[in-house]
Amino acid sequence: MIETGEILQTLRMIQEENFDIRTITLGINLLDCADRDPEETGRRAYEKICRTAKDLVKTGEEIERELGIPIVNKRISVTPVSLICQGDPRLIARYLDRAAKEMGVNFLGGYSALMQKGATAADERLLSSIPEVLSTTERLCSSVNVASTKAGINMNAVREMGQIIRKTAELTADQDGLGCAKLVVFANAVEDNPFMAGAFCGVGEPECAINVGISGPGVVKTALESIKGAPFDVVAETVKRTAFKITRVGQLVAREASQRLGIPFGIVDLSLAPTPARGDSVAHILMEMGLEMAGAPGTTAALALLNDAVKKGGVMASNHVGGLSGAFIPVSEDIGMIESARCGALTLEKLEAMTCVCSVGLDMIAVPGDTSAATISGIIADEAAIGMINSKTTAVRIIPAIGKQAGDQVEFGGLLGFAPVMPVNKYSCEDFIARGGRIPAPLNALRN
Amino acid sequence: MTKALISVTGLDATGIIARVSTRLYEMNINILDITQTILGGYFTMMMIVDLDGAHKTFSEIDEALQPIRDEMNMTIHMQRMDIFDAMHRI
Repeated sequence: MIETGEILQTLRMIQEENFDIRTITLGINLLDCADRDPEETGRRAYEKICRTAKDLVKTGEEIERELGIPIVNKRISVTPVSLICQGDPRLIARYLDRAAKEMGVNFLGGYSALMQKGATAADERLLSSIPEVLSTTERLCSSVNVASTKAGINMNAVREMGQIIRKTAELTADQDGLGCAKLVVFANAVEDNPFMAGAFCGVGEPECAINVGISGPGVVKTALESIKGAPFDVVAETVKRTAFKITRVGQLVAREASQRLGIPFGIVDLSLAPTPARGDSVAHILMEMGLEMAGAPGTTAALALLNDAVKKGGVMASNHVGGLSGAFIPVSEDIGMIESARCGALTLEKLEAMTCVCSVGLDMIAVPGDTSAATISGIIADEAAIGMINSKTTAVRIIPAIGKQAGDQVEFGGLLGFAPVMPVNKYSCEDFIARGGRIPAPLNALRN
Repeated sequence: MTKALISVTGLDATGIIARVSTRLYEMNINILDITQTILGGYFTMMMIVDLDGAHKTFSEIDEALQPIRDEMNMTIHMQRMDIFDAMHRI
């Protein structure tokens, strides 16, 4: 029998420490929807999504009620649209956005292209449509993979993405560049990521799958509060134990959702995903370890420990682990990161170092509106290089705040939060980005 | 056996356990275990119940507890025990 103390611990995690399941994401393969006519492809995709996901939100809400744990988002990811699109991808985008609204999910991911080695004609068409699509649709999310350890870095795509991000920001300037919050540039993108904006259903995925992302930075911070001053061995052990517990609940939710929907279970993403709410911050975990602010010397080491311990604790709690798995460090979605960036403790360069040891990359960072496309491309190239060399996923989700300067603020609302505009290195990388071509795959790609 | 935890918290008042257990009895729900404490006038009760014999679905049972929430101004949560088993038992 479960003891009273254990019950109270679980209740406290949920009620006071913001423990929740961040997302149940239903991956749907759309390869069989492809037709020569994009209108017809869109129609088929719409029908398949509505058929497959019709009970997703209702089932998520039932599980939420019965287990007494909030399941914050129910979402859908689909096959990268560039793989199913002949002709104008904008036609398909409209159908996908409508399907997301019809199903009651807040985001649908997969307006994507995989071009780490080069672009197809469909990739090019999709890329150039991204600014318009993200400014005219509501729930559609886009991602582009520009690099991988196996293929190297497609610098033509990197150059283009700098321009696309700028254009998307300009077209959504009245919403503080919201379009860019729905656009991720990846290196080593994963096929089963449940988290937006970078979720898509990869070509190696089954017909459909349930992928679950968990959360719970507040729970980890509270656990660390009880071991103030203890050595790092104890810190790591405490994070592991906590990660194990929260991942077990993620696994339970995934299994329930899979059974009820009759859809195979894919993976649990062992994630610490923050929100702008107080008590739900990854930065505050780092500060609990003894840093005055996130960004202080020691931050990268603290994050490395946290990221590793989350994985070690979580991996035994779930039979299939995948996605991005690790601690997320989005600036605008984490109150501790926001405060650290605002007071100057956290800089873009420090964030870049942190991305070497965390689950993803430069995430939800607002930069001055006059940041050039080439500079954005330079930032993407640096991040892609970290991913390529270290065989890890990295990403850039950056928002040029049109008309704003360092120190101003942008507001996206809801889970996307708000962010101070961070200063960017003023020196030019124009000639570097103009070169184009491909940075060859590194030696560590040759592992056979 | 489908087991659930019903946790009740709020300012102490006469008849809290009576109200909840009567309502459960009406729905043919067996109480397996019950603990209760009062700290500084704050009442906390945890009840583990067996839902298998119940005439109603989970959400109907939860709704049937709503009037007690409203009338006695208590927080009443019902959740399946699976979440506690998952978290604390390997």
